Amino acid sequence: MGYLGGFGVTLRQIGRRKRVTRPYFKDKGGKRDKPERLHGRHVLNRYEDGMEKCIGCELCAGVCPARCIYVRGADNPPDDPVSPGERYGFIYEINYLRCIHCDLCVEACPTEAITESKLFEFSFTNRADAIYTRDELLVGDDGRPKQMPWEDWTDADAVAPHTSAWMRATSASGDASYEGKVGWSAELGFGIREPERGQMVDAQSGEELPPGQFWSAATGEVDLEPSEGGDT
Amino acid sequence: MLAADPLLAGKIGFAVIAIVLLKVVITFVFLLVATMLMIWFERKIISDMQNRIGPNRAGPWGILQSLADGIKVFFKEDLTPDRADRPVFKLAPFLSLVPAFVTFSVIPIGGDFSNGHGGVISMFGHRTLFQLADPPIGFLVVLAMSSIAVYGVMLAGWSSGSKYPLLGAVRASAQMVSYEAALGLSTAAIFLVTGALNTNAIVAAQHTWRWNLWVTGGVPFVLFLIAGTAEANRPPFDLVEAEQEIVGGYHTEYSSIRFALFYLAEFMNAITLAAILTTLFLGGPNGPLFVGRFVSPIFWFFLKLIGLLFCFVWVRASLPRVRYDQLMDLGWKVMIPVGLGWLLVLIAFRVGNEIGWHWYAVFPACVVAIVAAYGLLVTAMRVSRRNESLEDLEGIFD
Repeated sequence: MGYLGGFGVTLRQIGRRKRVTRPYFKDKGGKRDKPERLHGRHVLNRYEDGMEKCIGCELCAGVCPARCIYVRGADNPPDDPVSPGERYGFIYEINYLRCIHCDLCVEACPTEAITESKLFEFSFTNRADAIYTRDELLVGDDGRPKQMPWEDWTDADAVAPHTSAWMRATSASGDASYEGKVGWSAELGFGIREPERGQMVDAQSGEELPPGQFWSAATGEVDLEPSEGGDT
Repeated sequence: MLAADPLLAGKIGFAVIAIVLLKVVITFVFLLVATMLMIWFERKIISDMQNRIGPNRAGPWGILQSLADGIKVFFKEDLTPDRADRPVFKLAPFLSLVPAFVTFSVIPIGGDFSNGHGGVISMFGHRTLFQLADPPIGFLVVLAMSSIAVYGVMLAGWSSGSKYPLLGAVRASAQMVSYEAALGLSTAAIFLVTGALNTNAIVAAQHTWRWNLWVTGGVPFVLFLIAGTAEANRPPFDLVEAEQEIVGGYHTEYSSIRFALFYLAEFMNAITLAAILTTLFLGGPNGPLFVGRFVSPIFWFFLKLIGLLFCFVWVRASLPRVRYDQLMDLGWKVMIPVGLGWLLVLIAFRVGNEIGWHWYAVFPACVVAIVAAYGLLVTAMRVSRRNESLEDLEGIFD
C-alpha cells in the first residue's frame, strides 16, 4: 500500500485503552511517579542538630549559568551560631524566573547544603513570589521543604521527602567506582541517607554490578579495578 | 440574487425580513459554534489516533478548550509591525474570514427534498428554503469566494512588511490558485450531470440515492476531495504554514485576535469544504425521513458532514506532508489532466446518449482518446525535461 498504508495504522489506534501519555490527575490524587533524577525547586538542608549546612561560600552563585542565585555570607554570631563553621549564608535568594534547574549548584556545593526536591508545580503570579528567600528555601524542623501558598503539594507525601536524590546518585567527584559509598553528611529529619543503587547495570546482562565494579564503554568489559583517573 | 427562494417571491413584509434575519443569525452562530467544536473534535480524534489523550482540562472531555483558547487570544497584545501597510494589514484577516462565512450561506443544511418538494419547508406560515441564500449562480459564489480568500492570504503576507510572510504568501497563493483549476473541473462534472448551478437544484437532483458520487463515476469526488483539501490548506497540503518545518507562513506577523481570525477561517474552511462535498456529491440533506420532515434532513446532513470531517482528520493523522514540487506536480500533471479527461468522458457519454450511440461505441472511443492524450502528455513532459537538462548543460535559454 505504501503511501496509503498509514490510514490503517492510525485507524487501529482509535479506542485503544493503552495510551502513551497519562492524564494529569490534579484533583483526584495519584499523580504519576516522578523520575529519580527530577530537578524540582531547591531546598537548603540542615544538619541533624538543626544547624544550617550553608556556609555562604557563594560557589553555587558562581557556577550558576543563569545567574539566578544571590548569596551573601556573614560571620556566625559566637553566642548563637547558625552553622557549625565560621560563616553562614546570611542572604540566600534563588530567582525562579531565571533558574533552569541544571543542578550545577548542587554539584558545586561543598557541604551538600543546597539540593533539589521533586516539587516542580509552583506557579507564582508576581516577581516577588518568584524569588525564594533563605527562609523559604530552608527545610522545616522535620527536614521537609516548606510549602508556599502557590505550590501544588497534592502528592507531597511521595515527593517532599526526596530532597537529595541527585546528590546521592552522583558519587564523589563523579567517579563511578565510588557508587554505594556514603560521601555526605546527615540531614535533619532523615539522618544519613542510603546511597542510591542501580547506577552500574551491566549493559549486556542487565544485572546490577556490585559496588566497585563498573562497565567500561571502551572495552565493553567489566573492570574490577577503579580507573586511576584521566584515562577516559 | 435571492430570487430562487419562494420566501421572497411575493410581497416582502416584516415577517419575511424577520425570517431572513433569523436565518442569517442561525447560519452565523452555527458556523462559529461548529468551528469551535471542530477544533476540539480534530484535536481529540487526532490525539486518539496518535495514542495521546488530547484536551481534557476545560469542561467535560475538554470540550471548552477552544473557547478557553479564544478567550486567551483576545487578551494577547495585538502587534502591528513597524513597516506594515496598516490598512491592508488590518483588512487581510477579514478577507480570509468573510469568504468562509459567505460560502456557507449557499449550503442547504435541511429541507424536505422528497416527492418534488424541492427543499421547501414551512416556517411561521411562510414557505422557505432551509438555506440562507439560493442564488441562481449558486455554486459560482463558492468558487468566487475561494478566489477572494486567496487575496486574504496574499495581502496578509504582502502587508506585513517582512520577508517570511511574503514568501509564505507567495507559496500559499500559488498552491491555492493551482488547485482552483482542478476544483473547477471537478465541479463542472456536477453541473454537467445535474444541469443546474444553484445548490438547491443540485441537491434536489440527487434525491432517492441518485448521489452524484456514483452518477459522476467517483473520480470528480476524489478530485474535489484532494483539491479542496489543498484549497483549505489542510494537511497533507498544509505547507502554507507547515508548523514543524518552516516559519509560520503568511500570518507570521499576526498576533492576538487577528491571528485568531486566520485560525478560525482555516477551520471554518474545513467545515465549509465538508458541507460543499456533502451538497455536491453526497446528496446533501437527502435521506429517509424517519423523524419528520424537519429534523431528519438536518440529521442526515450532519451525519454526512461529520463523516467527512472525520475523514479530514484521519487524513491529517495519516499522511506525511507533501513537498512543494510534489504538490505542484500533483496539481498540474495529475489532477488537472484527470479532471479534464473525466469531464470529456462524461460529455461523450451524455452526447452519445442524446444522439443514440450505444455505449459499446462510446466506451472504446473514450479509452482510445484517453490513451492518446496520456501519450501526448508524457511526451510533452519528456520534451520539457530534456530542454531543462539542455539548459543546465549549455545555458542555451539564458
